[in-house]
Amino acid sequence: MRWSTVDELIEYGPFLAEGFLENIKLSLVGFVVSMVLGTILVIMRVSPTPVLRAAGTIYVNVVRNTPLTLVLAFSALGLSDTLGLAFSDVPRTNSFWVVALGLSAYTAAFVCEALRAGINTVPMGQAEAARAIGLTFMQTLMLIVLPQAFRVVIAPLGSVVIAMIKNTTVATAGGYLADAAANMKEVFDTTGASIPIFLGIVVAFMAVTLPIGFLTGWLARRLAVAR
Amino acid sequence: MTDNGDATPLVQMEGVNKHYGALHVLKDINLTVSRGEVLVVIGPSGGGKSTLCRTINRLETIDGGTIVFDGRELPAEGKALAALRSEVGMVFQSFNLFAHKTIRENVTLGPTRVRKIAKDQADKRAMELLERVGIASQADKYPAQLSGGQQQRVAIARALAMDPKMILFDEPTSALDPEMVQEVLDVMIGLARDGMTMVVVTHEMGFARRAANRVVFMADGQIVEESTPDEFFTNPSTDRAKDFLSKILTH
Repeated sequence: MRWSTVDELIEYGPFLAEGFLENIKLSLVGFVVSMVLGTILVIMRVSPTPVLRAAGTIYVNVVRNTPLTLVLAFSALGLSDTLGLAFSDVPRTNSFWVVALGLSAYTAAFVCEALRAGINTVPMGQAEAARAIGLTFMQTLMLIVLPQAFRVVIAPLGSVVIAMIKNTTVATAGGYLADAAANMKEVFDTTGASIPIFLGIVVAFMAVTLPIGFLTGWLARRLAVAR
Repeated sequence: MTDNGDATPLVQMEGVNKHYGALHVLKDINLTVSRGEVLVVIGPSGGGKSTLCRTINRLETIDGGTIVFDGRELPAEGKALAALRSEVGMVFQSFNLFAHKTIRENVTLGPTRVRKIAKDQADKRAMELLERVGIASQADKYPAQLSGGQQQRVAIARALAMDPKMILFDEPTSALDPEMVQEVLDVMIGLARDGMTMVVVTHEMGFARRAANRVVFMADGQIVEESTPDEFFTNPSTDRAKDFLSKILTH
């Protein structure tokens, strides 16, 4: 690596920024989908139906213990290429969604486990009181238990989201070659490894992830449920 | 609230049994609760009083026997069970107010979500009920900001908001500081006078004497004695009850 060439960062800046924008887009899709999917998974894991509980448990344990690169490769090779699951006729757009959903499926397992830890902190009496006034299982979960569980785990969920944002840089494993890391590699192929470019990308990620850490810490304190 | 035209008992328990592993917590319980009746369940700790109370809205399942509520056997699960629970109010020892909701929201949640009553109407009713239990001025606070006695009175308002056919009280004053017990008992005595059907598990003998129609004495998972409060406190018929009363009424 060389220090000499800050002008390379300036020269390739727009190309790298274009890549970084893809990381942000992947993160946004990943955030929304993994939160929804993670919530569905945790509902399965605490449901009274044994089949749903088992399915949730198996999903979480398989996905959480598989390296993300393999999850993405499986999404691309297994689901997209072999099974013909297509999101778009444009290969680049298709790859984007394959990676975004693979990343979401992976992150959802962590979201599920964070939420489940939160559910365990909600006293039993809260759910009992909810059932006692005639709320159904789903109402009890959605109106009473999950809102309280969520507030407890805002900070850990922040860590999950930060990890997910950084995980967007392995998009290449799913065949999506347009993110900041892929572009950086491409630039390095012509210029050689450059420390300014490297640091520029690090700073860009920190500009997104640091505020998330602060924001979730602040929210966690603000929304804490007094008992 | 009393349904005097209907002579069938509101609750009928027949041969009810329950085990926690090897522990036989309810042994062949036969018990009826009439409409408008205030039934007080007393007895030593671990005798099965709370479990008995909690089987009536099926927060505890039973292993054997039948429980009939308002002419229908308790549904096992699902929507039918939720519907039954909406007709049976419950007040817990530890209040269990929804910690993330305001006092008003605690009272309106059931009516709006279970009964599908319009929000403004539910709000109005909630304020009337909070007025009745003396907490109206705290409606926008959260449970943790209230004293135990206040929280328990809100819990009673929350139960009343569903217009229940009966209310179960599971040791409603046991977690309270002594100076807050009376304010909760006063609300309960008011309910009893208005004809609410109540099953009250309690250690408050004063309440049993003043408000109960009938006292059930439970020990070791069995109903040992069943009589009027006067009869029970002045002339208990079993040694087990005499022994219990001698320990708690000595001063």
